Amino acid sequence: MSGPSDYQPSNPALQWIERRLPILGLMHSSFVVYPTPRNLNYWWTFGAILSFMLGMQILTGVILAMHYTPHADLAFKSVELLVRDVNYGWLLRNMHACGASMFFFAVYVHMLRGLYYGSYKEPREVLWILGVIIYLLMMATGFMGYVLPWGQMSFWGATVITNLFSAIPYVGESIVTLLWGGYSVGNPTLNRFFSLHYLLPFLIAGVVVLHVWALHVAGQNNPDGVEPKTEKDTVPFTPHATIKDGFGVACFLLLYAWFIFYMPNYLGDADNYIPANPGVTPPHIVPEWYYLPFYAILRSIPNKLAGVIGMFSAIIILCFLPWLDAAKTRSSKYRPLAKQFFWIFVAVCILLGYLGAQPPEGIYVIAGRILTVCYFAYFLIVLPLLSRIETPRPVPNSISEAILSKSGKAVASVAVMIVAAGALFLGSVQDVRASEGSDKPPGNKWSFAGPFGKFDRGALQRGLKVYKEVCASCHGLSYIAFRNLAEAGGPGYSVAQAAAFASEYKVKDGPNDAGDMFERPGRPADYFPSPFPNEQAARAANGGAAPPDLSLITKARSYGRGFPWFIFDFFTQYQEQGPDYVSAVLQGFDDHVPEGVTIPEGSYYNRYFPGHAIKMPKPLSDGQVTYDDGSPTTVAQYAKDVTTFLMWTAEPHMEARKRLGFQVFVFLILFAGLMYFTKKKVWADSH
Amino acid sequence: MNPDASTIAAGAPIEVDLSPVAEGQDIKVFWRGKPIYISHRTKKQIDEARAVNVASLPDPQSDEARVKSGHEQWLVVIGICTHLGCIPIAHEGNYDGFFCPCHGSQYDSSGRIRQGPAPANLPVPPYTFVSDTKIQIG
Repeated sequence: MSGPSDYQPSNPALQWIERRLPILGLMHSSFVVYPTPRNLNYWWTFGAILSFMLGMQILTGVILAMHYTPHADLAFKSVELLVRDVNYGWLLRNMHACGASMFFFAVYVHMLRGLYYGSYKEPREVLWILGVIIYLLMMATGFMGYVLPWGQMSFWGATVITNLFSAIPYVGESIVTLLWGGYSVGNPTLNRFFSLHYLLPFLIAGVVVLHVWALHVAGQNNPDGVEPKTEKDTVPFTPHATIKDGFGVACFLLLYAWFIFYMPNYLGDADNYIPANPGVTPPHIVPEWYYLPFYAILRSIPNKLAGVIGMFSAIIILCFLPWLDAAKTRSSKYRPLAKQFFWIFVAVCILLGYLGAQPPEGIYVIAGRILTVCYFAYFLIVLPLLSRIETPRPVPNSISEAILSKSGKAVASVAVMIVAAGALFLGSVQDVRASEGSDKPPGNKWSFAGPFGKFDRGALQRGLKVYKEVCASCHGLSYIAFRNLAEAGGPGYSVAQAAAFASEYKVKDGPNDAGDMFERPGRPADYFPSPFPNEQAARAANGGAAPPDLSLITKARSYGRGFPWFIFDFFTQYQEQGPDYVSAVLQGFDDHVPEGVTIPEGSYYNRYFPGHAIKMPKPLSDGQVTYDDGSPTTVAQYAKDVTTFLMWTAEPHMEARKRLGFQVFVFLILFAGLMYFTKKKVWADSH
Repeated sequence: MNPDASTIAAGAPIEVDLSPVAEGQDIKVFWRGKPIYISHRTKKQIDEARAVNVASLPDPQSDEARVKSGHEQWLVVIGICTHLGCIPIAHEGNYDGFFCPCHGSQYDSSGRIRQGPAPANLPVPPYTFVSDTKIQIG
């Protein structure tokens, strides 16, 4: 894209094509001989990482769409069945869901890099604005994608975000009706969001082409912010930039794989494992972590319309950045004041993200307001002012001069800062429920924890017995089929044992030839029958509180870990909040109600249940279920076994996930090492 | 992209029988996918709603204008917070009315906004009394 190419393929067939459509020459001049500045650092590899992530999201997304059903009654279940029954469905879903977070993580690094090195300045204004457009499209795509699983957070996130448009005077309400295709968020909304979620990534890909085109016309910026002058200042794109980007992508894949295989739910919200319910709003509605800073800005402005305007202008203001910052020196490397303010700005964004996940009360609101002012002040006051009063340090005459005088200052310290800040930011989502206080469930030693965790087969079999004899009278297990009991990574029954187990159940089938429904013995393909025909019946039979389905309960329940634990959790792979909570609730019943807690009629005191008043009576008592294998028949043992069993029902492929994760890590580490040494060899005479 | 014919048809008026709702209780029905709170208000709640200086409210509206005369004990409002669309919880908050758990808006026993970020009162849906114990919403 940098002028006509003199590339001539040697193969006559390719020559024939090239004379009619010079596509090979275009590729050759754009990605092979294209000159890139010699002094680019690793922050510049995020462009390649982002292209890779876009491709990854489109690829996994297209396959996921083949198995997904965009209907309000079926969407949640279709996602669960996709994870359970489709070959490597769990992998596809984790790649797509964690991929969205990784995509945003990379785009934030990419944007901050542009901000730090002044990549938006003349002649790259259009390049920068195209980037902001891509970011806006990404936000829309990410939001609509989060709606598709149709869990509680999906539904209520959609409600809150679409309602933002109702703040527009006069036409707001009609715009919202147009977005919904109804009178509230419902099936038409889900359908159109699915359609748009499929469409927008291809628009992003189109704008990315323009972005790359603009980049190759203006040329890449570089850490020193001086344009390449002679041939000595540049190296050809291939192999230099290609191999360096390859190494960058390999390193990024290590982080990505950490989430896919070991922490798939770390960035998500437990509430999204509860199917959408238009009648109940979750206590805290929190968007995905990548929207949190903007959500904090929205909430810190007390007026509705002003809040919405504030939130959108926080993004739109980026378009005006090339004119707000009029400083001639590009790189903050040579701008002592701008450099300091840049890091303050990064801290402001991270803190805003943290506040976005907190409940909107007390000190959080005040802090949010101060930081919102800081955010806008950076663009509207600091940058315009700095370009007038700051005296920059002298910039080098050329890139080669900059390389020769390179002091080799620690990039590592910056990297450490980013990692620490990123971890704080990413984990803040987990902190949501911290304010609800109450007693935190005690930690347990689970056989399935950690990178090599496996289910204890004995515990799974005993847990199934406890479920069948105790829990099943009120709680369903509707996502589990009898055949699952014989699958690898499960309780370890044989196919014949699972079939025998199934035949003990009566399953409703029909209609038969006479048009009647009939009952027959269960088959391995049948799902566990639910104790109540519908939610209303369950509610009526249990004093107004429907007993939740237990298939996903260990993933749908959680508790706040609080700062700084959620940061350590990322490294220790602690993700057993759900099992810890379930096991604690099962053992948390106490006849003695402490002072200051009032329990309404028909409820029971439970130490670990939020609010302490639970409708479920104490389900387990010592000796209630007999064990054949000599395990102690105590409440503690029952709780442990049934929780292990419920962890398996929530994620039947957990063992496969962790096993494949180990193989992928071994491969990626070797691959990244090879890339590193190849890169060193290629660049040996260029530094 | 506006609502299709079946969605509009499903949004036709509905009738609700009020006789089972005792004083101090409320029911939630769905109309057009929106929760409608129907509260059988106590004498205390009505008096509280009427004792307020209307001019001092963020969205001034008298209680008389929000209920049907002759049926002052019945409050019918759309239970969607006017801030960002969450569902407020009945019988909570400081004003004997509704409390929205999302961003902390509080409504009084007439469904009027008293505190928090919501800009307007809970809207009153179109409804008429078919008989003393039955209303038609829509």
